[in-house]
Amino acid sequence: MNILVPLLGVGGLFLLGLLGAAAGMQWLFGILLPYVALALFLGGLIYRVISWANIPVPFRIPTTCGQQKSLPWIRQQKLDNPSTTLGVVGRMALEVLFFRSLLRNTKTALVDGDKLAYGTDLSLWLGAMAMHWSLLIVLIRHLRFFTNPVPSLVTFIEQTDGFMEVGLPVIFATTIVFAVALAYLLYRRVANPQVRYISLAGDYFALFLLLGIGMSGFWLRHLAKTDVTAVKELVLGLTYFAPSVPDGISPLFFGHLFLVSVLLSYFPVSKLLHMPGVFLSPTRNMANNNRAVRHVNPWDYPVKVHSYEEYEDELRDKMKAAGIPVERQ
Amino acid sequence: MSKPDESDYYRQEDLLKLDWRPPNTAWMDTPVDIRPGSFIYPGKAKNLKVLDLPNPRDWAVTDDDWKLPEGWKRTVLEGMAERLKRYRTFRIFMDTCVRCGACADKCHFFIGSGDPKNMPVLRAELLRSIYRKDFTALGRVFGRLAGGRELTEDVIKEWFYYFFQCTECRRCSVFCPYGIDTAEITMIGRELLGLLGVYVNWVIEPVANCYKVGNHLGIQPHGLADTLEFMAGDIEEATGIKVDIPINKKGAEILFVTPSGDFVADPGIYTCMSYMLLFHELGIDYTWSTYASDGGNFGLFTSHEMMKRLNAKIYAEAKRLGVKWILGGECGHMWRVIHQYMDTMNGPADFLEVPQSPITGTVFENARSTKMTHLMEFTADLIRHGKLKLDPSRNDHIRVTFHDSCNPARAMGIFEEPRYVLRNVCNNFFEMPENTIREQTFCCGGGAGLGTDENMEMRLRGGLPRGNAVRYVQEKHGVNQLAAMCAIDRATLVTVCDYWAPGVKVTGISELVANAMIFRGENKRTHNLRLEPIPGMGAEEGEPSDD
Repeated sequence: MNILVPLLGVGGLFLLGLLGAAAGMQWLFGILLPYVALALFLGGLIYRVISWANIPVPFRIPTTCGQQKSLPWIRQQKLDNPSTTLGVVGRMALEVLFFRSLLRNTKTALVDGDKLAYGTDLSLWLGAMAMHWSLLIVLIRHLRFFTNPVPSLVTFIEQTDGFMEVGLPVIFATTIVFAVALAYLLYRRVANPQVRYISLAGDYFALFLLLGIGMSGFWLRHLAKTDVTAVKELVLGLTYFAPSVPDGISPLFFGHLFLVSVLLSYFPVSKLLHMPGVFLSPTRNMANNNRAVRHVNPWDYPVKVHSYEEYEDELRDKMKAAGIPVERQ
Repeated sequence: MSKPDESDYYRQEDLLKLDWRPPNTAWMDTPVDIRPGSFIYPGKAKNLKVLDLPNPRDWAVTDDDWKLPEGWKRTVLEGMAERLKRYRTFRIFMDTCVRCGACADKCHFFIGSGDPKNMPVLRAELLRSIYRKDFTALGRVFGRLAGGRELTEDVIKEWFYYFFQCTECRRCSVFCPYGIDTAEITMIGRELLGLLGVYVNWVIEPVANCYKVGNHLGIQPHGLADTLEFMAGDIEEATGIKVDIPINKKGAEILFVTPSGDFVADPGIYTCMSYMLLFHELGIDYTWSTYASDGGNFGLFTSHEMMKRLNAKIYAEAKRLGVKWILGGECGHMWRVIHQYMDTMNGPADFLEVPQSPITGTVFENARSTKMTHLMEFTADLIRHGKLKLDPSRNDHIRVTFHDSCNPARAMGIFEEPRYVLRNVCNNFFEMPENTIREQTFCCGGGAGLGTDENMEMRLRGGLPRGNAVRYVQEKHGVNQLAAMCAIDRATLVTVCDYWAPGVKVTGISELVANAMIFRGENKRTHNLRLEPIPGMGAEEGEPSDD
């Protein structure tokens, strides 16, 4: 259920885009829905981040992963246990750019029937790094559809990415890396019994969507060899709010674009929110300077306590008998 | 015939039959298996009444009817809504998990039990599934397909079982790429259960004691005075030194606060005796407090509000006694509260001064707002300045390893201070394997209010990763003692070591310090603070001599 429904869902959505466009609804899948999706994406994302940011952080609770700052002669681990804003920026940069925490990943095994062993396990880290970084480069490469003239940085990245000089048009390295990484992440989700057990339909849906977008993109570029100039005309039109659908674009493209639209709309209501979420995670983005700088809880309220006076009233005789000083005789 | 609350009821070969593969039924369709030895008895009505907590009643976990209050479902959902607005952690941790599974085999309870709901990710999904159903659009529309489920009484029972099978140790949060902290999830989960009057007695009775009498054990002031006198007697027997016992002394320079476990439990008492010896030798002007006679805070395992209610005593007492600053003993969760919550909850402590060692003059800048210093920071500074006369050879018969306690490790990062102290007082110190120490340290299996005997099966299972690492250094280096700066460790790791690494004793760090210290006017030190003869010091088996 959790795998089949998302798989059929993504397949169906792709066909919907393709067939819809073939049936003449190019303006719907090429113009209206992408705009709607972008609005949902931006609006949803901004709404989410603002609503998160509006929730107070009542306590400063970083997870410390290294030596604290204490005595001057003890070397602090400033990135894994930062005590300053600069340190926190460093920690977050490592987390966001290099998935620092995932890099620690280990695999637990039982050896000889009674010994636990923990080995470094970089497979998830590698798969995640490969997927996210190649996705970023693929996105940057796509900027050539949105810009005229194309910025030299985009051209440079494109040329570098095509270093293998295989195929016509050349096959980009990141295309392969993206597909392989996604396939690995999907394989892992299914093959690892624990991960399969915790996986929801939404976890597969995100993977299938990205795979579907990648595969249809590959198809467009290398197999269908769609009219790139026409596609660029459409995208530029969207970018400059002067949309029009030029002739000669393969319906395949509209399947591809529709999946992108679905991904954008799905983003703010899904687990893909981990992207903005990681920046706001209080266990990572706070400095461990707890005892040096007071943190204020904005909704702090007075609580009922058992005061010393009540305590002494209840126990005064016993305290006096034991020779313990009291406030009132 | 032993019972489920005794460790010898469980055979090692049974506990080691670890199967980490999940069952064939989906977790939402797998009912919780509540069996003796794996859960904790419910909070007694009398304790709930002391604390003005809702729905005091007598009930049993094995009852079908838990006597939840009228309208309980609304209470829980409103409680969730309120906390989603108050804790950014809670909301973000509900929204951002991608179920990558990196946390799965990081939990000592999952490693030791194989129960998939002990994977941190599923522990959070127990709550997240309700969040989706009742607080997200996708969950409302797609229900189970979107990972949502209905809140029922069975869900409450499941929450109870698994939120009291989490020691809030935060090991999973080290590995989570988004820093999702299961301790936050468990704390909120327990708060929600608390709204229905669902508590465990092992937590709520100490809380009630601490609230009324000042410490979890319910030791009254005269009892505390007796206890400390008794320890002073043993100190004199072992060392020939007569120590003062300042109690509720106004105008003392330092208020000393430590967990109450060290007042009564073996081997915690030897740590407590060591504190007294250290302060005596240095001539420190300090005081114990009977009102703030516990730095430990089982409120942390109850609710944020209860944590604040219990913690308030420390600053209040420091103010009443007019001390300059506060020194805290060896404790784990106490230091989580002191370091991450106290100043926010009950500060600012503007009536105190920035802690400064009266012996070395060192100003503890890292505590300039909270005004409370950790004894290991204090002791490391003393040793660094050569202020302690030490003879580490007295500890030569001890081959010691160090257990990083969860909270000082992952909520402070106090790693080098205790190691520096240990290396200066012991000649034989050996680290456990690197994936089991420092920020990756494994819990004792009995923290966060789970260290009771009726929970023995889970304690042994949860203690397996730690016990296994101890056995490793025992076999490799002949380790025969484990040092830990946590009172819960000093209670629960005794059981864990006896079971998984028999022959390894548990000690506080200060105990090793005091045994190595050369005191002015001491007698010939033939016996340690446990009144055991020190090998090579010329003592025969038996009582120490007076010369």
